[in-house]
Amino acid sequence: MSAHAETEEHFSGSNKLFISVWIWLLVLTGFEVFLGYIHLPVIYMLVILMGASIIKAALIVAYFMHLRFERLNLVLTIVPAVVICICLMLMVFFPDSFRSKELRDQRATPAATEGH
Amino acid sequence: MATEAQALTNDWGGGVHPYRVGHRKLGMWLFIMSDSLTFSALLIGYAYVRASNVWPTPFKFSPSIVFSSVMTLVLLSSSLTMVMAVSASSRKNISAARKWIVATAVLGATFIVLHSIEWRHLIQEGLTPFALPAEWAEKWPGATPLFGATFFGITGMHMFHVFTGCIYLLVVAGRAKKLKHEDIEISGLYWHFVDLVWMFVFPMIYLLSIDAGHK
Repeated sequence: MSAHAETEEHFSGSNKLFISVWIWLLVLTGFEVFLGYIHLPVIYMLVILMGASIIKAALIVAYFMHLRFERLNLVLTIVPAVVICICLMLMVFFPDSFRSKELRDQRATPAATEGH
Repeated sequence: MATEAQALTNDWGGGVHPYRVGHRKLGMWLFIMSDSLTFSALLIGYAYVRASNVWPTPFKFSPSIVFSSVMTLVLLSSSLTMVMAVSASSRKNISAARKWIVATAVLGATFIVLHSIEWRHLIQEGLTPFALPAEWAEKWPGATPLFGATFFGITGMHMFHVFTGCIYLLVVAGRAKKLKHEDIEISGLYWHFVDLVWMFVFPMIYLLSIDAGHK
């Protein structure tokens, strides 16, 4: 097995592949900037921007950082742990963030009606 | 021949690199994991205060969006030059690798200069980590001064990473002859990670705070 490991060729992609990944990253960035100037509700903006950013991050990790050409066990060690941690942070933070927004809205509404 | 189970025991039985990468590269990956959680915590904290407060959207097309878009272009291009450096080093062409690494560091320095100019614009307008410019406070009544804290905190943290990366790359370029190919690949991993973080900072900080004039 170890002999096999030593002879295993470490494919790392061609320059042509990297340039096409770079062009894709530029296209996605251009799309994101364009999106900022068409008047979308902020929630759609957030979802589309995050979607595009996750695609860009995946392209960088997979091709520029060579993770696609590494062994599967390295990928499985790195990616799920980070994704799960981020999801846990989101789950803990966001319900509370929306709760305090609602509290603010509740405070703001009676004050506005009483004032006029 | 060995079965799957035997292969697995052999992999983890010692004497081989089970991940097929060296210890240093594995260490860099672990550092990147922890650093990506640092940045996600910062960005999630930013999203938290943004969702629960009145938030100004002050970035005008010129200078802020133009500058930040050019900075994104510079950082993406620096990732491409870094890839070229690693690819030259894998072909044992050390002098070419060295030139590409220096080009990457120069693009990184360009990013820092552009970002400093962009910071200076905002500071001149009156933005500080603890206060909004009077004009913004008027335009967005009740807006939170946390805007400055999160803006300078997150972009400053990222700029610090770019700065450290530039020094790291120059050291790697200087010692390129003594280093192994994998060491150059590892410096590339760090640099691409800095680029990756900007791919989230740019839309979340800049593009979601564009002043498109419809407020």
